[in-house]
Amino acid sequence: MRETKRATLILEDGTRFEGRSFGYEAPTAGEVVFNTAMTGYPESLTDPSYEGQILVTTFPLLGNYGVPPEGGSPDLSEHYESSRIHCKAIIAQDYAWDHSHWLADRNLADWLKSEKIPGIYGIDTRALTKHLRESGSMLGKIVFEGDNPDDTPWYDPNKENLIALTSCTEVKEYGPEDGPRVVLVDCGIKHNIIRCLVSRGVHVIRVPWDYDFNGLDYDGLFISNGPGNPDFAEKTVENIRRAMESGKPICGICMGNQLLAKAAGAKTYKLKYGHRSHNQPVRRAHTNQCYITSQNHGFAVDSDTLPADWEPLFINMNDGTNEGIRHMSKPWFSAQFHPEASSGPRDTEFFFDEFISYLKK
Amino acid sequence: MNKDESIKKVLLLGSGALKIGEAGEFDYSGAQALKAMKEEGITTVLINPNIATVQTSEGFADKIYFLPVTPEFVERVIDKERPDGILLAFGGQTALNCGVELYRSGVLERYGVKVLGTPVRAIIDTEDRELFVEKLDQIDVKTIKSRAASDVETSLEIASELGYPVIVRAAYALGGLGSGFCENPDELRALVEKALAFSPQVLIEKSLKGWKEVEYEVVRDRFDNCITVCNMENFDPLGIHTGESIVVAPSQTLSNDDYHKLRSLAIKIIRHIGIVGECNVQYAYDPASMDYRVIEVNARLSRSSALASKATGYPLAFVAAKLGLGYGLFDLKNSVTQSTSAFFEPALDYVVVKLPRWDLGKFHGVNREIGSSMKSVGEVMSIGRTFEEAFQKGLRMIGQGMHGFVDNKEIKIDDLDHALKSPTDKRVFALAEAFSRGYSVDRIHELTKIDRWFLYKLRNIVETAAELGNYDKVADVPADLLRQAKQQGFSDFQVARSVLKEAMTDSQSALMSVRARRKELGITPVVKQIDTLAAEYPAMTNYLYLTYNGTENDVDYLGDHRSVVVLGSGAYRIGSSVEFDWCSVNALMTVKKEGWRSVMINYNPETVSTDYDACDRLYFDELTFERVMDILELENPHGVILSVGGQIPNNLATRLADQDVNILGTSAASIDNAEDRHKFSAMLDRLGIDQPRWRELSSMDDIKEFVEEVGFPVLVRPSYVLSGAAMNVCSNPDELVRFLKLAANVSKQHPVVVTEFIQDAKEIEMDAVAREGEIKAYAISEHIEYAGVHSGDATIQFPPQKLYVETMRRIKKVGARIARALNISGPFNIQFLAKDNDIKVIECNLRASRSFPFVSKVLKINFIDLATRIMLGEDVEKPAKSAFDLDYVGIKASQFSFSRLQGADPVLGVDMASTGEVGTLGEMTSEAVLKSLLSVGQRIPQKGVMLSCGNAKHKAAMLEAARRLDSRGFRLYATSGTHRFLAENGVKSTEIFKPSEPDRHPQALDILHKHDVDLVVNIPRDLSSDEISNGYRIRRAAIDLNIPLLTNARLASAFIRAFTTMGPDTVEIKSWDEY
Repeated sequence: MRETKRATLILEDGTRFEGRSFGYEAPTAGEVVFNTAMTGYPESLTDPSYEGQILVTTFPLLGNYGVPPEGGSPDLSEHYESSRIHCKAIIAQDYAWDHSHWLADRNLADWLKSEKIPGIYGIDTRALTKHLRESGSMLGKIVFEGDNPDDTPWYDPNKENLIALTSCTEVKEYGPEDGPRVVLVDCGIKHNIIRCLVSRGVHVIRVPWDYDFNGLDYDGLFISNGPGNPDFAEKTVENIRRAMESGKPICGICMGNQLLAKAAGAKTYKLKYGHRSHNQPVRRAHTNQCYITSQNHGFAVDSDTLPADWEPLFINMNDGTNEGIRHMSKPWFSAQFHPEASSGPRDTEFFFDEFISYLKK
Repeated sequence: MNKDESIKKVLLLGSGALKIGEAGEFDYSGAQALKAMKEEGITTVLINPNIATVQTSEGFADKIYFLPVTPEFVERVIDKERPDGILLAFGGQTALNCGVELYRSGVLERYGVKVLGTPVRAIIDTEDRELFVEKLDQIDVKTIKSRAASDVETSLEIASELGYPVIVRAAYALGGLGSGFCENPDELRALVEKALAFSPQVLIEKSLKGWKEVEYEVVRDRFDNCITVCNMENFDPLGIHTGESIVVAPSQTLSNDDYHKLRSLAIKIIRHIGIVGECNVQYAYDPASMDYRVIEVNARLSRSSALASKATGYPLAFVAAKLGLGYGLFDLKNSVTQSTSAFFEPALDYVVVKLPRWDLGKFHGVNREIGSSMKSVGEVMSIGRTFEEAFQKGLRMIGQGMHGFVDNKEIKIDDLDHALKSPTDKRVFALAEAFSRGYSVDRIHELTKIDRWFLYKLRNIVETAAELGNYDKVADVPADLLRQAKQQGFSDFQVARSVLKEAMTDSQSALMSVRARRKELGITPVVKQIDTLAAEYPAMTNYLYLTYNGTENDVDYLGDHRSVVVLGSGAYRIGSSVEFDWCSVNALMTVKKEGWRSVMINYNPETVSTDYDACDRLYFDELTFERVMDILELENPHGVILSVGGQIPNNLATRLADQDVNILGTSAASIDNAEDRHKFSAMLDRLGIDQPRWRELSSMDDIKEFVEEVGFPVLVRPSYVLSGAAMNVCSNPDELVRFLKLAANVSKQHPVVVTEFIQDAKEIEMDAVAREGEIKAYAISEHIEYAGVHSGDATIQFPPQKLYVETMRRIKKVGARIARALNISGPFNIQFLAKDNDIKVIECNLRASRSFPFVSKVLKINFIDLATRIMLGEDVEKPAKSAFDLDYVGIKASQFSFSRLQGADPVLGVDMASTGEVGTLGEMTSEAVLKSLLSVGQRIPQKGVMLSCGNAKHKAAMLEAARRLDSRGFRLYATSGTHRFLAENGVKSTEIFKPSEPDRHPQALDILHKHDVDLVVNIPRDLSSDEISNGYRIRRAAIDLNIPLLTNARLASAFIRAFTTMGPDTVEIKSWDEY
């Protein structure tokens, strides 16, 4: 038998799940969340939206295809969603010690160790998911055999400004000089948003979350995804409000949707069952067009609080919650789901095309 | 609502008899479609001659026609029923081809019948290879560029341009029929010639051997909304038909980019083609880049879609049927959660493995290599939370003696590298052998091209077995190791064998000791739900499986003893298929109707019984003693029904009874008394019931002595088979010696059962239901063929048309005596031989038999409902005597799949060879015979008939039929002996010559190749089937050239009499309820 260390996940309600370690071996703490995606662990681990979270994968097998090289540059990697792992740890039922994929240059365990991230296998992730589902979200810590759990304090990422933690700190530009100029507010951005814009000929000006971009010369504004509670981004909301005065196109994704809604005057709330999967169905309001989307959020915009000149753009077909908003006359719209996918289905990439179609009109 | 309100009545085409490439999955799809229509208040008309299916039962369709699914018959049903719409996607290739023909001939337009779902235009675009490639070229999607040829010369030119190896496919063919790889011009010539016999066109393409094969199940509604319900990856590389492959869902070696690249392409493709409903897209995928080719698109429900439905819980056929009525996916609900939308893609939190089941051992001469054409007869699906667990469970489910990946009986593999490179049905054994000989994963990968990921997982299993082997006592195995073994799917038996090795003598007590030990350590499986959403939302689902990779049960157990567990029939195989699914489903329905909770255990994805709608709780899991006990311990039911699922559950009777399980109906002791040859025989002697003389013998001398007493021929059943079929009839001392020396091993450990073989005897079956030893209902039916043709292959008429009243009376008496002696409560079946008025009992099964659905539907008395009520303890009224007096006749005929089984001798014998059956009704025997045989692929000849009539008796039996053919103007071709006999009796025929006389002309084979005849009657001289003879070559040529073949004189006579008495246009179009 493979000699692996015992590792325990302890939840804040006292529930314990015993497993074994395959990653870095040092205790850690965070908010425990799950995702039902069946592929895409390199993308999820590097997704800044998971900052401070312990990720539970409901698909029981993990690590099958190893880890691809980062590729590209730290500012825009080829295969990751950012330049580092943001999850605090990852938990699965079964770990594939031997991987197989032509693109992989190492296995998941080695990557986790090099990034000092614990990984646990041998846990009933279905039972754990059911437990998490009912309590919405829950703090947890991971300890290894020999550790005293009390030595590791609880860590609640929601009490921190994670947006500030994951945003870039200086302005960076990408893409062709002659393309339409889009200010991309980095609230903890996934690199595929940049790739989706640049590949469509856009000149991207990526700015930190609290940067006042209103003085810049630009054709459209794009608010990225990001981790945690939207209330920490009041500065961004302020900047968006001022940008609205110019009437230029505005678009947002996930956190961006929530910030745009706040700028418009709507409210957000915490969902009973968060959306954490690759298979979320959304319908474009007033149409028969439906899309499968990738999602990862626990907060949603309350459609009832939208001002009169705003309306829902997309609606979740499972629970009827808001999945996007739009202004009824101005080119302002956003999506709660992830049109950039990565990981997940790519059915809504047209979202970027719609945004670009409004630029310079 | 988006529903098309003009559709009030719908015609659904079924797929007919089960055959290789088209099996039970279409009973499931059709049943789902009917359910969807019923929910919409639409009247349904079903055409399907497969009488053993669930869909052709009461309560599914409003009108059922047991008729061939051919354009002529379907048109006549349309003329009578005048449906508004027709569903073509639920009856496999048979229904699709029939629908395309009806469209092309203008029948659908003439009668104003609307094709629901995918338009026929789109179907043609996917079926016609050239149109398909053109269509995908339009959207820059890569296909395997093949070039069409309609003759051998063009094929050779194309292949030399592409470079060998090439793959050849026949257009418009089921499951890869007539397809294959060719390494050189000779192979190409042979294959193309054969393929062109089935299809006007062959397609030749460059081979991509070694690429991955991946498929997606895609759904689209008329509003252009698309979802991919499931993707699946073949364990075997491209080159092995997906029906022959081990398949895993979801894909395991694809990254997110790989997965979604192919997913997006699949959606792009079905949008462009214009599918409305369900379809499947198959890809070849380069293991070393992101390069791909689309292999094909099936614009209909398929075996893969049935598997995907079971693998995910998403009812594809049901949803596809609703989409055909005009609904959008957004109008429909997820039928598992009942609250979330049907527009979603299931998330799995388990892994599913499908494994094929072959029965190649039943055939003489068959090529055992697996490749691009399908040969498997069934499949199983296993569910686990590690790949190792699912894989080992699956190997046990196959039911061919495997205990898992390791700890199996050793099989001899001479050239292992060859076995790995050119896989056969034994390839899993070859892989295990390679590991045990120390082959590295890389070396096995080089030889097999199986992705290393799968091989690493298999190596994990081998390593665990080796670690267990370090211990000699079960009690010494550390808890962690035992748990790991169970998490990797080791059965208690495997653990015991790994640990005890040669010291394991009594396997039952050994595995019980492992069971006790692990329970002591708290190592027990947990029950998990399949909820389509991986627990993201709460779901009330009754679709369950067991795993050792978990710590918590998903369901609560009430412990109120108000449930009844029905054990299903496992993998479809030759000898056990959809008929037992019908029995299982009917038992479940009765259990429920009588106020109990119905619980099903079964693992066959092609069935209706594994539809979670069919019962209150479905355990999609093994039917091994170990797993059944696991479930019973959790479920704590009132009792267990094991007499409706064929032999697999029946075999558990004694062991379950030993654990004090409440077996409902006939007791385990009685079952044993009927199953144990010695006990049963002694009982018959006691009751004064005659049986063919038999003896169990363990030396050549004893056998010779016994044969001297009873005379040839004899039926020989070895208990240990070296190769080939298990049973054989030997007609002379030479054959006997040859068979026993070459095929079987005779010894004290491996005795042989020798039975006298009575020639020219009628075979009669009694299907019945008894309560506490008293028969409540019975059906006596008669084989058209004389004894010697396996009852599963024989053509059966019910009620009997040619039995003496005296024989009937004796059979009833004997049946009653046996029922009383065994105190039967439930279903049973007895097989008799009758010659003159003497009857002998050959076999008795205290369970439902293959013919239960047939006799139940012909009689319109549901035997399973009666039996189940009895097993639940109720008293039942005997049906009125008049109910047994029918003024019509039912004929059950068998479907053979010899065309798929390259090299197999298409001859009938004591071992069963058919893969399916049909049952039809008629006012007269001839009418029913005609309908039945046309349903199993026979065709009425238009040109000529080739006769080759075996021995003198057969010739005499065929004389009247030959005379009829002659007088109706058919041109007869007869081999020398038959020609002489016909001439002597004044019947004209052209003499033809056998392959052994190559210098004389005309040659029989030439006549076949020229298609001068469209029926071949070739009756083997005797029952020994080892001859690589003239007869074999003629029979095989007929099959390979798609010329109908009959090999039994009595059946051939009946068929010829039928079609010379009446034509298909004079057959009455009557639905089941009109009889």
